Amino acid sequence: MPVIEVTDLRKSYGGRPVVDGVSFAVEEGEIFGVLGPNGAGKTTTVECVEGLRVPDAGRVRVTGLDPVADHERVARVLGAQLQQSELQARLTVREALELYAAFYPKPADWRPLAERLGLAPMLGTRFGKLSGGQKQRLFIALALVGDPRVVVLDELTTGLDPRARRETWQLIEDIRAGGVTVLLVTHFMEEAQRLCDRIAVIDRGRVAALDTPAGLIRRSAGATVISFTPSAPLDDTDLRALPGLVSADVSAGRGDGRVTLSGTDETVNAVITLLARTRVTAHQLRVTDTTLDDAFLDLTEAPA
Amino acid sequence: MTTDVFDTAVLRTELRLFRREPGALFWLLLFPTLLLVVLGSVPSFREADPSFGGLRPVDAYVPVAVLLGLTVGGLQGMPQVLTGYRERGILRRMSATPVRPAALLSAQMVVTGGAALLSALLALAVGRLGFGVTLPEQPLGYLLALLLAVLAALSLGALLSALSRTTKMAGAVGSAALFPAMFCAGVWLPVQAMPDLLAEIVGWTPFGAAAQALNEAAAGDWPGWSHLAVLVAWTALLTRSAARRFRWE
Repeated sequence: MPVIEVTDLRKSYGGRPVVDGVSFAVEEGEIFGVLGPNGAGKTTTVECVEGLRVPDAGRVRVTGLDPVADHERVARVLGAQLQQSELQARLTVREALELYAAFYPKPADWRPLAERLGLAPMLGTRFGKLSGGQKQRLFIALALVGDPRVVVLDELTTGLDPRARRETWQLIEDIRAGGVTVLLVTHFMEEAQRLCDRIAVIDRGRVAALDTPAGLIRRSAGATVISFTPSAPLDDTDLRALPGLVSADVSAGRGDGRVTLSGTDETVNAVITLLARTRVTAHQLRVTDTTLDDAFLDLTEAPA
Repeated sequence: MTTDVFDTAVLRTELRLFRREPGALFWLLLFPTLLLVVLGSVPSFREADPSFGGLRPVDAYVPVAVLLGLTVGGLQGMPQVLTGYRERGILRRMSATPVRPAALLSAQMVVTGGAALLSALLALAVGRLGFGVTLPEQPLGYLLALLLAVLAALSLGALLSALSRTTKMAGAVGSAALFPAMFCAGVWLPVQAMPDLLAEIVGWTPFGAAAQALNEAAAGDWPGWSHLAVLVAWTALLTRSAARRFRWE
């Protein structure tokens, strides 16, 4: 049985559909990503999973339970880190951990948890005095202190510096290694690519694609990028005739005539044949996969 | 202990946080008694005055000081705290736990109400020891009137928290409501010294009714049922509107 099941979820605000028929299932032990542009309906979707919002239509189940009707039982197995929430400014880290541990019937011991999250040296520090990264780590601790089966992390690394972000990624991998299923909302491609087993790309309230990161990249047109600087200019018609070609760009403006092509493996072979046939040498030849970024842009529409 | 609307761990935390707010501690706990001390230090306030029905002004100001703490706590303290909790997502964060955010509301009410009672006791004690003000001669009636006044103040505070969407708004609305409330409680002119018609009108407001009920109990009579009924009616009305209008986010 999936840990989280969302079926044809719909939610509108003031007549404007924000979530418009979203379905996905998160399996036990997975890191499942919800990726999408700002305003795509990611947060509303996970808020329905957390029981913070009542869906207009559709079905949401967490370990088989309805997060609205069975709020208390769902809250015991689901730890949440919310976007833009705070704690009382004068509450210390230790007091926050003790308080939230008291909310659960079988809480985790917060001391090793604080140790693991690097909060041990600041147990006496008040929430208001913590840095952004420290606050985020405390919120991860609070999401885990109830010893949940699944955690929902909403834009966890937004606003963190690159080092803190990487440390947080390691933490998320540790959480999963501890047997907890992770639902991760993000708009960072690198984060999704690095961490997630599967990703649902949400755009305008709908699931635009649901696949592994590698699968999403493969599925996007022009998955392979070939770039080189030819020793002599190539004929434009020859380039356009390449099989599997999605786009061709000759940077004449930069003066070096560097060619960037995106296409498939077939395109790569055809380029090599073309170069051999025309006796043109390719300087600084690079063949790379497109990134999840490109796949994402491909899958989501530009805002109107 | 935890129920849908109450949680001991939350209450303990709110109590602890209240003790860390020097502003709240001063205005709620000390300021009313301080005001009594300042007024009581004026020699003419310690002489019987016919316009106070033969009481000394300092006698008349003890019930005022008793009501001042709960007025400040209910109208200024609690709404600011609760709107802040909503504004900063603290209520929302608690919604995602097995404990309902209503536990924060109830804890705030217990803390504010408790502090208001403490503030009232302090005013009574200082009045008695410092200025020889006799203790209420009908203590049970006095306590009942005081408890009903606390409930009315808390329900008014809950409504202000429900209506204010930001802490800024709660501050503005709270201050705007505080002055008429303090006037009715008799801060500028104790109800005994008000003209009859004014006293009559003020008696229909929660703090005016509370002041008159306290005065009656202080003098040894059972507080008038009409004053107690006014307090109960306000509490019911305000609580109902607060419950309807309150938003968790």
